[in-house]
Amino acid sequence: MQARKIALLLSILPGLGQFYNKQWIKGLLFLGFGISFFVVFGDLLNMGFWGLATLGTEVPRDNSIFLLAEGLIAIIVTIFGLAFYYVNLRDAYKNGQRRDENRPMSSLKRDYQNLIAQGYPYLISGPSLFILIFAVIFPILFSFALAFTNYDLYHSPPANLADWVGFDTFAKIFTVDIWRSTFFSVLGWTVIWTLVASTLQVALGIFMAVLVNQKDLRFKKFYRTVLVLPWAVPGFVTILIFAGLFNDSFGAINNDILAMVGIDAIPWLTDENWTKLALILMQGWLGFPFIFLVTTGVLQSIPDDLYEAARIDGASIFAQFRNITMPMILIATAPVIITQYTFNFNNFNIIYLFNGGGPSVPGSTAGGTDILVSWIYKLTLQSSQYSLAAALTILLSVFVIAIALWQFRRTDAFKEGA
Amino acid sequence: MNRAKFFRLLISHAILIFMAIIIIYPLLWTIGASFNPGNSLISTTMIPQNPTLDHYRELFAGSESLQYVQWYLNSLKISLFTMIGAVICVSFTAYAFSRFRFKGRQNALTLFLLLQMIPQFSALIALFVLAQILGMMNSHWLLILLYIGGLIPLNTYLMKGYMDSIPMDLDESAKIDGASNTRIFLQIIMPLSKPMIAVVAMTGFTGPLGDFILASTILRSPEYYTLPIGLYNLVNDVMGASFTTFAAGAILISIPIAIIFLLLQKNFVSGLTAGGTKG
Repeated sequence: MQARKIALLLSILPGLGQFYNKQWIKGLLFLGFGISFFVVFGDLLNMGFWGLATLGTEVPRDNSIFLLAEGLIAIIVTIFGLAFYYVNLRDAYKNGQRRDENRPMSSLKRDYQNLIAQGYPYLISGPSLFILIFAVIFPILFSFALAFTNYDLYHSPPANLADWVGFDTFAKIFTVDIWRSTFFSVLGWTVIWTLVASTLQVALGIFMAVLVNQKDLRFKKFYRTVLVLPWAVPGFVTILIFAGLFNDSFGAINNDILAMVGIDAIPWLTDENWTKLALILMQGWLGFPFIFLVTTGVLQSIPDDLYEAARIDGASIFAQFRNITMPMILIATAPVIITQYTFNFNNFNIIYLFNGGGPSVPGSTAGGTDILVSWIYKLTLQSSQYSLAAALTILLSVFVIAIALWQFRRTDAFKEGA
Repeated sequence: MNRAKFFRLLISHAILIFMAIIIIYPLLWTIGASFNPGNSLISTTMIPQNPTLDHYRELFAGSESLQYVQWYLNSLKISLFTMIGAVICVSFTAYAFSRFRFKGRQNALTLFLLLQMIPQFSALIALFVLAQILGMMNSHWLLILLYIGGLIPLNTYLMKGYMDSIPMDLDESAKIDGASNTRIFLQIIMPLSKPMIAVVAMTGFTGPLGDFILASTILRSPEYYTLPIGLYNLVNDVMGASFTTFAAGAILISIPIAIIFLLLQKNFVSGLTAGGTKG
């Protein structure tokens, strides 16, 4: 048998293949790592996988949520273990191959130097990966896992156990009447909100940029500074200010502005449709300056020759705008514009800070202007319906990912990154 | 022709002045409110009859439920460390992706792409549940770690795109002169990536400052609040009751940020579009 195969087979126990290759120190290191892996993580792996499978069997000894968390950490640890195992197998195989071909084995010193040279990118991106795994990936996996349990107020530790229920929660969203109607009304408003509010802010931003950028307009600097202000002031501050301005009984909009023109007070915060209108107007106010800034940058980079040539050909101002200005703007700002839509789809702050998603709708866990994100937030923090919230999170993530993928295919950003 | 031009400009100015009023009115109104005596919105007028600095004093008086100075410091601390952490993590990782071809690079890039699509609040339920059970409540460092984690995927992509546009020849000639990888990074790549680093630093600093959802999940006691949560509670505990104090607090946070934004706007926009079109 060839040495590489023997070394590979022996390496099923980490280190043995290296011993066979007469690389004693390396073999000891691998063996040492292998043993300590099981010594350190043995309990965690054992508990973790058992817990993940059963979510606990006895109250109050077992805590389903702990067990689930431990199980997920066990999976992550296992993946790292497997990666290490793969390195071990590969090293034994590679060196066995060198023996077969009668080449000198790589010395420990060379291996070390190699590791330093090749390991550099791993070394500098390692911390990021570590943070990503524990601050982003683990919580997301945990949330997703909850969607397949029945974890809620009545199935929570320490008094009760939660259990795996498969796709029950998803099925319930579409079959239980009150859930289905709430889900679809929230989803509907989320989509309308995203489309209308984002389009308004984009259109307003582009329009203002074109307006200010007219060659013969004076006071450009003043207008630019003023128009950028809503972007410069922190968003949460402005939203809370607007909540005060729109207040039904004390707010300045009802009391000063509308009263001045003789319009009766409008129930901005208590009537669903008026709240929606207020939200969309506010988002227009908050969001257009950024588009304005980006578009202004684009406009200033369009060469004058283009317009010159068009004028000589007798194109009207309108034709110049339609055939030169607009395409230039849209091409350059398309990625920024799309992010406005995805941003608003998840724009929790404006919905929640303005009116808490209200006015409340009787018999429903979602308020009249709740979008999916704020509904999930309420389900989690206020009514402890964790599994429902988790299932909705998954549905929403699928939706967002689908749109993002579509966008990436269109902008070819992915191809470039590859 | 001249007539048409006159009307065009007249209408333009009319629209712009109208927009300017809409933008400035709420801001002026807030400034006015902060100087108004009394607490409620009812008596608030834009130009107060007898202006007072009471609300500003109240902010710094340090009562149990209104620890404005503490919130300000908390926010500054969280934003500052998130910014530093994000810039370090993102620029090193982007450098690795941009300049080295290592095993797993492609998988890591795909992972980053996927993670930047999944909204971070997906983790909300997990954070809420785990923070409660594990007693990680009120931990600023946990929050900072979460913010950094949330910033890494997208910003690494932007930064990588930017670094890709820096010619390789520069690295190579430095390498011939015997410079180490880290040195090339610190002395060549970093200085050339300044506009993009400014963008990452800016998002790192302002992101936590505007975040409500994650911070409100983890921070529960007033002394740990950040400004958004503190101010929100100030307004909403008794609606309208402390609006004038809120206005004063809002102004003190808005002015420094607005000035920074206005000064850096050129950097911000050019960096973002440059990285954005590169992907």
